[in-house]
Amino acid sequence: MAEHKLIIIGGGPAGLSAAVAAVDAGLAPEDILVLERDSEPGGILNQCIHAGFGLHRFGEELTGPEYSGRYIAMARERRIPILCNAMVLSLTDDRRVTFVSPETGYTTVEAEAVILAMGCRERTRGALSIPGTRPSGVYTAGCAQRYINIEGYMPGHRVVILGSGDIGLIMARRMTLEGAKVLAVCEIMPYSGGLARNIVQCLDDFGIPLKLSHTVVQIHGRDRVEGVTVAAVDEANGRRPIPGTEEYFECDTLLLSVGLIPENELTRGAGIDLDRMTNGASVNQFRETSAPGIYACGNVLHVHDLVDYVSEEADTAGRAAAARILGESAPVVRSVKLSTGHGVRYTVPERIDLAEEPEDVRIFFRVTDVYKKVQLVVETEGGEVLVKKAKSAVAPGEMESLTIPAAKLAGVLKSGEGGIIVKLNETGGDK
Amino acid sequence: MLYDVLIIGAGCTGVMTARLLSTKNVKVAVVEAGPDAAVGATSANSAIVHAGYDAKPGTLKAKLNVRGNRLMKELCSALGVECRNVGSHVVGFGDADLPMLKELLARGQANGVPDLEIIGQEKLRAMEPNISPEAMHSLWAPSAAITCPYGITIAAAENAVTNGVDFYFNFRVTDASRAGNVHYLTNGEETVAGRYVVNCAGVHSAEVAAILGENDFPITITPRRGEYFILDKAVGGMANSTLFVCPSDRGKGILVSPTVHGNLIVGPNAYPISDGDDKSTTAEGLAEITAGARRIMPNVPMNMAITSFAGVRATPNQYDFYLEISKQIPGVVHAVGVESPGFASSPATAEYLVGLLEECGLKLEDKPDYIPTRRPDGNHIQWNRLTDEEKAAKCRENPAYGKIVCRCETVTEGDLLDMLDAPIPAVTIDMMKKRLRAGMGRCQGGFCSPRVAVLIAERTGRGLDEINKSGPGSWLVTKREEG
Repeated sequence: MAEHKLIIIGGGPAGLSAAVAAVDAGLAPEDILVLERDSEPGGILNQCIHAGFGLHRFGEELTGPEYSGRYIAMARERRIPILCNAMVLSLTDDRRVTFVSPETGYTTVEAEAVILAMGCRERTRGALSIPGTRPSGVYTAGCAQRYINIEGYMPGHRVVILGSGDIGLIMARRMTLEGAKVLAVCEIMPYSGGLARNIVQCLDDFGIPLKLSHTVVQIHGRDRVEGVTVAAVDEANGRRPIPGTEEYFECDTLLLSVGLIPENELTRGAGIDLDRMTNGASVNQFRETSAPGIYACGNVLHVHDLVDYVSEEADTAGRAAAARILGESAPVVRSVKLSTGHGVRYTVPERIDLAEEPEDVRIFFRVTDVYKKVQLVVETEGGEVLVKKAKSAVAPGEMESLTIPAAKLAGVLKSGEGGIIVKLNETGGDK
Repeated sequence: MLYDVLIIGAGCTGVMTARLLSTKNVKVAVVEAGPDAAVGATSANSAIVHAGYDAKPGTLKAKLNVRGNRLMKELCSALGVECRNVGSHVVGFGDADLPMLKELLARGQANGVPDLEIIGQEKLRAMEPNISPEAMHSLWAPSAAITCPYGITIAAAENAVTNGVDFYFNFRVTDASRAGNVHYLTNGEETVAGRYVVNCAGVHSAEVAAILGENDFPITITPRRGEYFILDKAVGGMANSTLFVCPSDRGKGILVSPTVHGNLIVGPNAYPISDGDDKSTTAEGLAEITAGARRIMPNVPMNMAITSFAGVRATPNQYDFYLEISKQIPGVVHAVGVESPGFASSPATAEYLVGLLEECGLKLEDKPDYIPTRRPDGNHIQWNRLTDEEKAAKCRENPAYGKIVCRCETVTEGDLLDMLDAPIPAVTIDMMKKRLRAGMGRCQGGFCSPRVAVLIAERTGRGLDEINKSGPGSWLVTKREEG
C-alpha cells in the first residue's frame, strides 16, 4: 500500500488553500497528494464567472476562475501534486483512502493526516417533493450554470427560480443577461437566504420580482416544462400553501436554488461524528474531526457564503495537519464544548481543545432568524462574557464570527469552566 | 421486411415475449410508443417479484405469478441483473387482520407458493426491528424477491436484439390494417408488416385492440395511478424485506421495501385517472403515502426522500389478466389488463402468449445459434458491482473505467461508453439513467447530467442541443444566441 503523509480530498478552494498552508507550515510538497474528482482543479468556482470573490482575502474583486486560478498557481509554485479525475470511494477512520482514477487505476493509500475538502451539493426537487410531472427543464441552479458557462448552451428561455440562495440570485442575472426572461424568484421563507448585495445586484437591478413566502406547488409539462404553479405559504401553519393563492407561470424552465448539502458520504462511512445542524463533521478549532488526524474545511464542513472564509478555514486545517505530521502539535489539556444559545443555529468549531497556552480562537456561527439590534455574545456556562459585539441587523444568510482572545481562554482553562455558549441578546427594535 | 410476429409495447410483457421468441427461428419486431423499453408501468412500480399468494387460486394471475417468480430469478441470473431474495411480510395489526392473513396463506398454498408461514410479533420484530410496535403478526413469504423491473426488461430487450429482434421506438400505433394474413401497423409515418400481432400495450391495450379492429371488445381499462417515494441509501437498511400492510377494504395498502440498489421505496396509493399517460404526482398523494408508511414503520425518515414518481397501472374490468386469441381478427393475440403482479408474472406470461401464437398457427423451432446473454460477448456488469480485484483489472485494461462520471452511484465513463455501444444504444439522459443509474442518486443528476449529455453528444456526433432527456420534445438546452 502506497503511503502519503497528507492526503487532501478535493482540489477546490478549500483543498488547494489547505495544501498551500501545509507547505507554508513546513511540510514537504512531495508528502502531499491532492485528489480532485474533476478534470481540473478549482472546484465549483471554475463555473462561477461572476465577480465578487476575494474582497477579504486579496482586497480586490475577482471572478470565480480568477480566485481559484490564484490558488492553483500557488499550488503549482510549491509543486504540490494534484491528481485530477481521481474519485475517492471510501475512507476509514484510520486514514486509509481508496480512490480510482484513469491514471492510477483502483488504489488504496494510507496517510498520517487526511483533510476532507469535498465541498457540497445542491438540494434537489426530490428532496422537496414538489408534485407534478417529471419533464426536462427542471435544473438545479448550479447545473444550469454549468450548461451556460462551461458548455456554452442555454438551459431555457422563460424561467422561474425557486429559492433565493446566492446561486439562484446569480443565475437570475446570468440568464437575463443571456436573453432569457426570468419571471420570478420564489422564496418559501419570509426573507432571502442570499447575500443582501446579490438581491440588489441580481434582482432589483433587472426588475426581477422576489416573491417571499411563496413556493412552487406543481410542475406542468410532459416532455419539457410548460409551466409551474406558485402559491403563497402560511407562515403560521408550517409554511403550507394557502389555497386560493395559486398563480400559474408559463415557462420552460424551473431552476432550483433551495440549499446546499455538505457532501459527507465519505465522512459518514468513516464513522466520523457529524453535527446535525451543519451536516458536516463536528470539529475543534483546528478543524480536526472526531477521528484523530482527519480534518475538514470549506463547504464540506458547513456551507459558507464567501469563499474567502473557506480559504481561511482551510489554512487552519492545513497548518494543523502539517503540525501533526511534523510533531509540532501542542498537547491538549482540556476539551471545552461549544453550544448554541438563543438565536444561534450552529457554531464552527463545535469544541475547543485547549493546550497549556491557548491561542485566539475565531468562532463562526449563523443566527436562526432575521433580527434587528442585537448583541452577539460568547460566554461561559457560568455567565462570564468572553467576547461580545453589537450589530444593527443579522440574518441567517450571512455568517457571523467572534474571536475569543487567548487570555480569556487561558482564564477558562484556569477556572475549570465546563462549556462555552454562543448566543444573541435582543437589545430592542422589531424582529 | 415481413416479420413473423409484431409485438405492440416494449413493457415487461412485450419484451419478455420478444425475448422468448428470439430463441426460436422467427423474425420479430417490437413497436413501442415511448423512447425506450420499459417506460410505462414497468418503470414505475414497487419493484417486487411477488411470491404469488395474493392471486385467487385457479386464475391466470395465480398460475403465472408463481411460475414467473421462479423464471424471473433465473432470467436475472442469466442476464447479470441483480435480484435479491429478501422475502416479504404481509403485516397484520391485530386479530382483525388474522383471518385475511390465513386466507392469503391458504391461497398461497393452493397456488403452490413455497415455504409460507404466519409468524408472531416476536419473530417479526427480530426480523424487522423498525416495524411498528402495533404489528402483531405477518404472513412471511421467503420466495418474494426484489429486482430492478426496468433493468431486467432492458437487459431482456438487449438479449432479444442480440438474437435478431428489431425494436421501433417512438412508434405509437395509430392505425392498423390487414391484407390476407399480413397485418400492417403504422404510426402515421412508418409502417411495419407481420403475420401475427401480440397486443402488449399496457394501459393503452384496450385502445390498441380497437385500432386493430376489435368490435365490442370485452375489456376496458381504467388507468390507476400510484405514487412512490425513493429514500436515500443511508436509510436503505431500515427494512430487510418487503413490508406490505394487510389488504383491507381500503385497498392493498402502502408498502415499505428495500430496493435492489440499496434505497428504500415507499408507496403506492391507487387512484383512477382519465389519462393513461399522466404520471404526475400530487401533494395529497405524497402526504397519503407518508401517512401510510408511518403506519407500518413509524420512524420512516421521509425527510430522506431523494425523489418521488408515479406509475400508471392498466386495471381491467375483470379480476384476471385477459390473455386471449382474438375472436374477431385472425393472427392477433391480446395481453390486456395486465396489472400487478404483471411484472413478476411476465416471463411466464410470455410462455403463455407464445403458446397462444402457436395455437394460432405460428410454427416455432429452436434457434441453433441462440446467444443467451445480453450482447454477443456476454453481459454488461457495471464497474461498481465488480470485486476490488476485478475493478483494478478493468481500470488497467481501459482507463475509462477509472473515471467516475456519476459520483453518487459510482458510474464510470467506461460504463457509459459501453451503453452507447449496446444492442440498444443509450442516447438520452434517461436511457443512461435506467441502464446505469447515472443521475439516480442523491444529487439526482445535478452533477453528472451535463457530463453525460456531453459524452452522448460527442460520441454520436451531435450538438448538445440535440440531446434529449427522454422522448422527442424533452430538450435539455438550446444554442446560445450569437452576439
